[in-house]
Amino acid sequence: MATEALGWWGVPLGIMAGILRGSAPFLFVSLGECLTEKSGKINLGLEGTLLMGAMSAYGVSYLSEKTVGAAIAPWLGVLVAGCAGMVLGFIHAWLSQQPKVNDVAVGIAMIIFGSGVAFFLGKPFIQPPAPQLPAFSLGWWSSISQVQSALQVSPLFLIGLAIAPLMAWFFRSTRWGLFIRAVGDSPDAALAMGVSVKKVRMLCIIVGSFLAGIGGAYLSLYYPGSWSERISSGQGLMAVALVIFARWNPIQCLWASMLFGGAQSLGPALQAVGIEGGYYLFNASPYILTLLIMIITCSPKKTLSGAPGALGTMT
Amino acid sequence: MLSSSQWRRTAEAICIPIGALIFSLILFGLFCAAAGANPFAVYAAIHKAAFGSWSAFQDTLIRAAPLMLTSLCTALPAQLGLVIIGNEGALVIGGVAAIAAGLAVAGSAPTMVVQSVMAIAGLVAGGVWIGTVGALRHYRAVNETISSLLMNYIAIALLNHLVGGPMRDPSSLNKPSSYPIPEIDKLGMLPFTRVHYGLLYGIIACVIAYFLIQRTTFGFAARTAGGNVKAARIAGLPVGKLTIAICFLAGSCAGLAGMVEVAAVHGRANESLNANYGYAGILVAFIARYNPIAASIVAVLLGGILASGGILQRRLGLPDATVYVFQGLVFLVVLYSESLYGRFAVFKERDSAPMASSAIVE
Repeated sequence: MATEALGWWGVPLGIMAGILRGSAPFLFVSLGECLTEKSGKINLGLEGTLLMGAMSAYGVSYLSEKTVGAAIAPWLGVLVAGCAGMVLGFIHAWLSQQPKVNDVAVGIAMIIFGSGVAFFLGKPFIQPPAPQLPAFSLGWWSSISQVQSALQVSPLFLIGLAIAPLMAWFFRSTRWGLFIRAVGDSPDAALAMGVSVKKVRMLCIIVGSFLAGIGGAYLSLYYPGSWSERISSGQGLMAVALVIFARWNPIQCLWASMLFGGAQSLGPALQAVGIEGGYYLFNASPYILTLLIMIITCSPKKTLSGAPGALGTMT
Repeated sequence: MLSSSQWRRTAEAICIPIGALIFSLILFGLFCAAAGANPFAVYAAIHKAAFGSWSAFQDTLIRAAPLMLTSLCTALPAQLGLVIIGNEGALVIGGVAAIAAGLAVAGSAPTMVVQSVMAIAGLVAGGVWIGTVGALRHYRAVNETISSLLMNYIAIALLNHLVGGPMRDPSSLNKPSSYPIPEIDKLGMLPFTRVHYGLLYGIIACVIAYFLIQRTTFGFAARTAGGNVKAARIAGLPVGKLTIAICFLAGSCAGLAGMVEVAAVHGRANESLNANYGYAGILVAFIARYNPIAASIVAVLLGGILASGGILQRRLGLPDATVYVFQGLVFLVVLYSESLYGRFAVFKERDSAPMASSAIVE
């Protein structure tokens, strides 16, 4: 890797690059999960949605290159990835709202189903290259090529940056945001307000899955930028824990995603400066970090502040 | 004494999962037809690969053995109302611990001792792994589903780290592996078959688990706490100890599955250990509705489906992920079928009097 020339400075630079490149999938999935959980349901299946999004984005980008050109094709892929996510979201929303059906179990089933369908349909797309999303560099001020390549930013990441405060405002200040919070905190009260709990949850899960699908498109069309069966390293699952860590607050989801993006790049960054010993262990650092954070922030004595009241109940 | 209402309930508990399996087979057929394969050829291939001949059935049983053990890792904590999906991690850790312990004593001890040491190492390591999840649940209220899922990734990283570094056999070039255990210390075959003793372990574990849950005070206490934690606490049940003990037992079953895979199939620890038996075990537990005896039967069925992956790929040109699609479909349909209990008039008592009397008899 090129960071060798920078010596030890390569580590913080690698982590910085990891934050700029690697946090977007966490951000999209955690925002989607945040929206879903605010309405009182858990969607553990976003890992499957992420893989489905990654596969469909890559496939569409590859197949439509000839007809719409290499500039538009990846964006078409992003859109289709979101729609594929919505389909999976609909299945989850419908199934998890049947009586006596546990939403966590449906999530596990959706992981297996979503990843299975993604691998099944994605088999032909493993080899051929597809047009990628564009990026612009924030490193124009530096003459060092490593710095320039580390400071590449995808426009999709910027969209994610914009969605986070928008969603926070939406929850806080709009009528629909209030409905969602009411449904998540107290379905009975929402019913008394005349809000259809089922419809609100259905919409929240579908829109949340749309965001997760876009997170998948980012994986296959920008970073790491190819489609394979190992493309996701569990970002969809970690995002669920990340939302708890972020206390169901979209702005804090943003900070948490950046932390995870950085943690994820710790292993490769250390490997680049010659520390190879615990490569796999450093790669596991996001998982260990998530677990530690949950151990520290959870408490048996009180429920977490910000937690939707109806989360995890069978209503 | 079995009253007629209990018979009807048992019939319901058998008919609905079977109906769900049949319905998911139909859905899967439609999926295959959409993908351009003849669904009946697919069914025939699955049947042939799973149960078509004695040789094929033995393959199925070899795959069923770890599934029986890993399914208990979800089925036991479910009695307490916990959804634990750390089966894969506990299996991997059990396998690594078994190989480490086995290599330490191999050569200087008789086969029986080596195998026992490996089994105990697998049991304890897997048990501690999932026991930790239970302890975190009790003392820190950490969501057990998410923590066990994260521990899967940590276990796999640990496996890769150990077989790639400290435990690596330098002669394993392409696929980093630990040193193999001597051929003589591997688990033997059941008489007249090439199915290893792991199958026996699995069946015994399922039977023990059934009696533990249904016929002992320990199991009764666990089911009470699963039904209503507050009531259990008021009744003076040690909910925390129960949680940790059940999680330990659950993890040790999955750990034993890892030991079986290492000691009977691979002979060494490498990334083949991480072969999705853990995730399939979750599915087995759900289809069996957490009943250990039913789990052992479902494990054979699912083992057959897993065994057919290769044939679908070779014979019909379908990707190997077809099996996952099928698994996912079965899982979703089975979950939906949960909402059907009590909806069919056939399974209901027409007269309410026998219901009342049966409640008293129970």
